[in-house]
Amino acid sequence: MQAATAKSAFWLGFRDGLPFLLVLTPFGILFGVAGTEAGLPLLETMLFSVVVIAGASQFTALQLMVDQTPVLIVLATALAVNLRMAMYSASLTPYLGGGKLWERALIAYFLVDATYACAISRFEKEPGWTLRTRIAYFFGAVLPVCPSWYGLTLIGALIGTTIPDWLALDFAVPICFLAMIGPMLRTAAHLAAALTSVVLALTLAFIPYSLGLLIAAVAAMMVGAWVELWMQGRSRLVQS
Amino acid sequence: MISGTTIWTVIAVLGLGTFLIRFSFLGLIGGRPLPEWVLRHLRYTAVAVLPGLVAPLVIWPAATGGTLDPARMLAALVCVGVGVWSRNVLSAMLAGAVTLYAVLGVMALL
Repeated sequence: MQAATAKSAFWLGFRDGLPFLLVLTPFGILFGVAGTEAGLPLLETMLFSVVVIAGASQFTALQLMVDQTPVLIVLATALAVNLRMAMYSASLTPYLGGGKLWERALIAYFLVDATYACAISRFEKEPGWTLRTRIAYFFGAVLPVCPSWYGLTLIGALIGTTIPDWLALDFAVPICFLAMIGPMLRTAAHLAAALTSVVLALTLAFIPYSLGLLIAAVAAMMVGAWVELWMQGRSRLVQS
Repeated sequence: MISGTTIWTVIAVLGLGTFLIRFSFLGLIGGRPLPEWVLRHLRYTAVAVLPGLVAPLVIWPAATGGTLDPARMLAALVCVGVGVWSRNVLSAMLAGAVTLYAVLGVMALL
């Protein structure tokens, strides 16, 4: 591909971001519905999506609040869900770290799974791009993804209470989470972490305030890291 | 019922905290790389939290008063299975929803 202008990179980003709408549409609407079902006023449901703009942690926080979990534990668990974004931030820094402070702040706000996935795969393919081109591309990918997230939340919040019981919407949130988990199970380490999380969360469910989930999550991260090291050691043995 | 103070606190702190997590390297730390052992743990955060969060909702669904429900159980298994197989969130979501409605429908007819 020849040297891209900022404008062509912006529209390339837009096209790369577009397919993510397919996933965001049910997810965003469901968050709006879940917010309304949990008794949140429209303004609060919308603010959730605009201020936090991270679907999985929004669902997590909402579910724990419905369960009457203390605020500190709601925050710790929901923030833990978003810790992966520190990795996104770190991996994009070599490509975007040279931007102005306000640009980096804006990029950080819009750094969601979809925009990260677009940016990292494109930047790796186009090592010759300038900083301006990369920034234009990033905001191109933001355009179909982030404003839709607000709009879809609004649609969901507005139709929320009109949805009949037989639609079994109580299970919409679990389905969303489960659908995200499957594709994440890329390696034996991811699988081990997920199984640890499930087994410990169920056996520690008697611990009040959802503290069992936090313990399960920390243990699962350690198991994931440990299995990764073990697999590496094993493949090195096989090679030598 | 969730109290107004709780909601506003969670939105404000979760919003700020999430922004700081995203801003961390881009904004404050610059190009310095994270220690390998930290990255190794960060890689598993999502997969360590989400399955544990969802497991009780599958095993003890509130809609059935906390007793195991074949429709929800099967839908969950199909949803994860299709997700692993297709690597596609949307197909997994659809497969889970179709299974849930199909089994709920059959159970209603029986």
